[in-house]
Amino acid sequence: MKINAFALIFIMLCIVALSSCSRVKPWVKPYERQNIADPIMDFSRDPVADAYLSHVHEAREGASGADGGAGGGCGCN
Amino acid sequence: MAREVVVVVIKKMNKFLLTSLVLCVAAVYPVTAAVLPDERVDVMEHSYDGGGIQVSGPSILVRKNVGSAVSLSANYYVDMVSSASIDVLASASRYSEERIQKSVGMDYMHDRTTYSLGYITSDEKDYQAKTYSFGVSQTFFGDLTTLGFDFGLGQDVVGRNIKGVPDPTFHLDKERRTYSANLSQILTKNWIAELNVESGSDACLHMQQGQSCLNNPYRGYSYLQNGVRALLPEKYPLTHNTDAVSLRTMYHLPYSASIRGEVRGFTDSWGVKAHNEEIRYVQDFKKDLLLEVKYRVYRQTAADFYSDLFPYKDAQNYMARDKELSPFSSKSVGVGLTYKFPWNIAGFEKSTANLYWDHMSINYDDFRDYANFLKAKLPAGGYKPGEEPLYAMDADVIRFYLSFWF
Amino acid sequence: MLNISALKKIAGLTALFLSSSVFAAEAAPDFTLKSSTGENVRLAEQRGQVVMLNFWASWCGPCREEMPLLDSISKKYGKMGFVLYGINVEQDNNDAKKMLKDLGVSFTILFDPESKLSSLYNVDAMPTSVMIDKKGNIRYIDRGFDFKKGDDEKYRKQIMELVRE
Repeated sequence: MKINAFALIFIMLCIVALSSCSRVKPWVKPYERQNIADPIMDFSRDPVADAYLSHVHEAREGASGADGGAGGGCGCN
Repeated sequence: MAREVVVVVIKKMNKFLLTSLVLCVAAVYPVTAAVLPDERVDVMEHSYDGGGIQVSGPSILVRKNVGSAVSLSANYYVDMVSSASIDVLASASRYSEERIQKSVGMDYMHDRTTYSLGYITSDEKDYQAKTYSFGVSQTFFGDLTTLGFDFGLGQDVVGRNIKGVPDPTFHLDKERRTYSANLSQILTKNWIAELNVESGSDACLHMQQGQSCLNNPYRGYSYLQNGVRALLPEKYPLTHNTDAVSLRTMYHLPYSASIRGEVRGFTDSWGVKAHNEEIRYVQDFKKDLLLEVKYRVYRQTAADFYSDLFPYKDAQNYMARDKELSPFSSKSVGVGLTYKFPWNIAGFEKSTANLYWDHMSINYDDFRDYANFLKAKLPAGGYKPGEEPLYAMDADVIRFYLSFWF
Repeated sequence: MLNISALKKIAGLTALFLSSSVFAAEAAPDFTLKSSTGENVRLAEQRGQVVMLNFWASWCGPCREEMPLLDSISKKYGKMGFVLYGINVEQDNNDAKKMLKDLGVSFTILFDPESKLSSLYNVDAMPTSVMIDKKGNIRYIDRGFDFKKGDDEKYRKQIMELVRE
């Protein structure tokens, strides 16, 4: 009897866990994305310009990486 | 007793289940149609002027979608360099150089996953680089979260010019690897954030003892000999490992403007530690004029083997006098204007003209301005080696470009 | 040793969990919204006609792409007892009004600036099209739009089926 109860609890926990994983409700609805879709909210609004400035920084500074620029090699040292 | 406990547990489970179901019950399985990036052409003229170096040239980017799943891009970029920088003056005279960089990329979008491939080549008389990159990214929670991983492999050949002509005996092979992970998140309907982690490792291949591929072959380290500065070629390690982390965030203000902040930390196997912070504000005026203002600060410490002046020849195993490995801080301000053309040009959906100006100001804490005094008149008594004024420079970066969306 | 009522509760909750609150074969929730021409439009008054609700926004690429198609669908099937309502979900509808002026669509546009209708219909993708039959029941929910996936044909098939009933 006790085993049946635990089995049921286990099944319920599985259902809840699986349901949570696949059904987390997006808390920003698709129809609320007006501001997010605004070009001024785009991290890469000007990809060519950003890549160039990132290249200038990498050439003049000792740090590199994690700055949104694509890494290509150059003899700029 | 046990029976009552189990019954109570089941009743509590029901409550728990009910609560989770209340959260889940209205959730229909999210289905979003992920959209490919905008198709566009960007034509830019860039210009850098600072510290005795002028570099300018074009950069052209084309992005085109094929079907509803593939996005292709290609970039052609040129640096035309005219340099009489402090490094150059220390051991040579003004030179001119041209570097051509070409790259192609492909993104393939399937359901919520995007696969990316890229290839970049860079060619100049004394340096050829090829970089291959591969990336995967996945969106979750109805596009609110994106997690991506990127890998890059670079194969470079380092050369050296003698009086403007490549030295046929000087060929060093260098391999660069980068690994990065990024997580971007829509936090609220006005707020987004992105976390980036990147590690890199550079290594010299097929090396004989002594000659590293990681330093500038024209630069020398400075050491004290009989009370004056003497110069010998730099000695660098054969490997370089880097780690960087950055966090950026952007917030949409209650009117048509956004504010953005970014911080990045860096550390490497040469002892350099750096961090930079940046803040940007963009405002949209009547939808055809954008104004952007930016402020950035950067600070770094010295590499373990850096010195402005070594006490004698071969003082250490590794010795460098690259100012980019010296301790320094820099501040830059930037301002940019974007104008959207009100009429449709040649069938393009949207076109803009953009002008950005950035002014950088760098102060070196342990790099002395001795080269500029080599040929100039010294003050009475001169400067003793190691007591020359610290070097400082300003640079202006101008980007002018036209963008066309189709 | 387990009480039957607990079991029934579990079964009921599981059934509830496997469902969603707005889905096909359910009565379409009634609403009243203001149109772009200023008059109020109420869903319940359209009973007897096939109603298509298309949730769109000016910042949504696929929504812009399907506008001309929606216009021709509205003209073609409008004579067969069909009405199309474009529901604009933007909080600030200046961009939407400008887009409508540029595109010049002929079907009725309703504004839902406070997202009341979007949350009532659990809109979870942009664009979303809801097909409601003559009896006022939701029959199809189409999420997203892509010409290359044949979504235009899908609209036509669904409308033809409902109009013939």
